[in-house]
Amino acid sequence: MKHRKNVPIKLSDLVLAFSIVLLVGCHQKEPENTKLFQISEVKEAAIKKGETSENAIELPPFSDGIYPCSDCHKDMVPNPVKRELVDMHDDISAMFDHDKENRWCTDCHDLKNRDFLKLASGKLLDFKESYKLCGQCHGEKLRDWKVGVHGKRTGMWNGKKQYMLCVHCHNPHSPKFKELTPEPPPIRQEDIN
Amino acid sequence: MKKENSRRSFFKNISLATFSALALSGCDMKALDQFLQQNFRTLSKKEKDDIVKNLEAKYKETYGKEFHVSDDSAMEGVLFGYGLDLSRCIGCRKCVYACVGENNQSREPQIHWIQVLQMEKEKGIDFAHSTVHYNPEKVPEKGHFYVPIACQQCENPPCVKVCPVKATWKEPDGVVVVDYNWCIGCRYCMAACPYGARHFNWGKPSIPVEEINTDMHYLGNRPRMKGVVEKCTFCIQRVRQGKYPACVEVCPVGARKFGNLLDPESEVRYILENKRVLVLKQELNTQPKFYYFFGI
Repeated sequence: MKHRKNVPIKLSDLVLAFSIVLLVGCHQKEPENTKLFQISEVKEAAIKKGETSENAIELPPFSDGIYPCSDCHKDMVPNPVKRELVDMHDDISAMFDHDKENRWCTDCHDLKNRDFLKLASGKLLDFKESYKLCGQCHGEKLRDWKVGVHGKRTGMWNGKKQYMLCVHCHNPHSPKFKELTPEPPPIRQEDIN
Repeated sequence: MKKENSRRSFFKNISLATFSALALSGCDMKALDQFLQQNFRTLSKKEKDDIVKNLEAKYKETYGKEFHVSDDSAMEGVLFGYGLDLSRCIGCRKCVYACVGENNQSREPQIHWIQVLQMEKEKGIDFAHSTVHYNPEKVPEKGHFYVPIACQQCENPPCVKVCPVKATWKEPDGVVVVDYNWCIGCRYCMAACPYGARHFNWGKPSIPVEEINTDMHYLGNRPRMKGVVEKCTFCIQRVRQGKYPACVEVCPVGARKFGNLLDPESEVRYILENKRVLVLKQELNTQPKFYYFFGI
């Protein structure tokens, strides 16, 4: 090839090439290091995209045949006196552990409209909205639950999600999370054959 | 240069030729292709597609099932982050086994990508006094808390730095992945990882055919070979389709949170902005994208 004759140019070419490599090398590294600091810029882009999440709330976990409550209660005279329940709902009475000293059925269940829950204000609430009732006292938890930090979400991280209601994990009559049997531990190194 | 026609060079050449002929005669074209396959990152889309198609056929032959192997690349504007609520985790290990099932980890010899460490509340986060072998009747045990540890998906991953063949790297969405075909099994990355998050296939991995997850990603849960390193990929085969990782979906207490760090509406961003957050071994400047927090 002809241009091979121009030997002196080669050295300067080399220097140029070297400096380009150096420059490119620096530029390639940059985005990696600054990525974490560019979050505010990307924020706006994400908002423009209009990513929203829908919340499909599952039905509350009723025991079989317990709902609607009015099936049994419609012919009964409501008795607002706090007492130990016998015959019906004795299971709930036995397990009840949710500020037992100060509270009773009708603090949450409406005395007259049996198929509804009741807020402290007296406002009736569908069982599907029970989280609002819990939120009266546990406002901090309700706030975290709404943004998906308390409780469990399944589905898509960038799309439709399923929420669990408070009562899917916490029995409303005895809300402390129950202990679980752990899965087996990993094999010990000394037990490997 | 002087042309060598010596007896020595004759033997050298003939033995080389015989060796290569022998080495090649034993394999079909596909195995040869696989042997000559380049680093995954240097391949074109078409080459990648061909490779995953070949893998699907190969797995079908081996396991007698239909497989889907994906080579989906990272989504634009996404950087994955993970939150784990230390105040909620009860140490039930459901995540460990959901991960094994989802990611086709070897049952024998056993590989677990997630290790759940039991620690004493009195001592705080103290690796020296922690154990993964706790086995009481019921969890949580009094006076203890639990720290599940898998790959921390570092922004500054030491494992990637030490790999002599560039078989492991950080993807644009922040997931550190391994090309099992390129890994030479030197285990430098395991020595470099301060979280013990990488695992080596000392033996041929075994997965029961009926339990194998047929939904795979080339850089994730496809079956591994003996002699390669593997690790958590945030369930790359799921999260690049928009799904939550398997451990998030299975956690019975909802302690695990996942999302896009670049999306201000995401759960992880809320946690980072509103909760008390810590990363493990912060002093090493690995910059994990796995954030432990206290939800209470």
